Amino acid sequence: MSESATSTAKKRPEFYNIGGSDLISYRWPLASIVSGMHRVSGAIMFFLMPFVIWMFDNSISSEISFDKFTSAFNVGMLGLPGFIWKLVALGLIWAYLHHFIAGIRHLWMDTHHEATTKEFGKSSAAFVMAVTLGLTVILGAKLFGLY
Amino acid sequence: MSVNFGPHRLVVGAHYGMRDWLSQRVTAVLMALFTVLVLAELIFTKGPIGYTQWAGIFSPQWMKALTFTVILSLLYHVWVGMRNIFQDYVHPYGVRFVLDVFAIVWLVSCAGWGIQVLWRL
Repeated sequence: MSESATSTAKKRPEFYNIGGSDLISYRWPLASIVSGMHRVSGAIMFFLMPFVIWMFDNSISSEISFDKFTSAFNVGMLGLPGFIWKLVALGLIWAYLHHFIAGIRHLWMDTHHEATTKEFGKSSAAFVMAVTLGLTVILGAKLFGLY
Repeated sequence: MSVNFGPHRLVVGAHYGMRDWLSQRVTAVLMALFTVLVLAELIFTKGPIGYTQWAGIFSPQWMKALTFTVILSLLYHVWVGMRNIFQDYVHPYGVRFVLDVFAIVWLVSCAGWGIQVLWRL
């Protein structure tokens, strides 16, 4: 690259993708919260993936490992009581539900051009939040044996 | 020679983004349908679900083949997603590169483990 080209490039304003500090100063309407949580839920599941496969392994391999799987939640595991593992599972349930339902919202907007409006963005975001949190409460109550 | 500019510009196959965008959606639909299938199997199982009923869902050969495909879909879907997150929030190329390598090692290890569990059933 010649010297003049470099100096011209320096004068131009540079637009990067958002950084961590921008996240705080941005306004967060409901659609942004759903979008941000889509990322957060995805990242949570990425980091908990070994735990998910541990559950798959132990629940499916044998009767003995199945008992190990259930006792992790009923008795405890690795020095942590069962309810901690139930909370981890509940976190996964929320993350999966949110990622799933918010993902369907994305797919709907990809395929239905008339849906990409400010109004639909808001109402569908509210729908995602309501269904996700509702199902999380219902399944969480079941997980903790409330019914 | 074929025309590859203007309206005939090649928009796939060279990391223009279409491939990752589309494959993330295709894998998402596949995993969503798989979720519905497993849920349906659980709901239509009579009586309490113990080891036999749960393992029985994954024991047919077609279900193993399908689950194998879903694990590979998950691998690619999560790779696209995590790379997007790193591209948005981690700007130093060196750090991003290390995180990309970490994500690949993490995901391929998990996928290998999952596939091993599946095929020894």
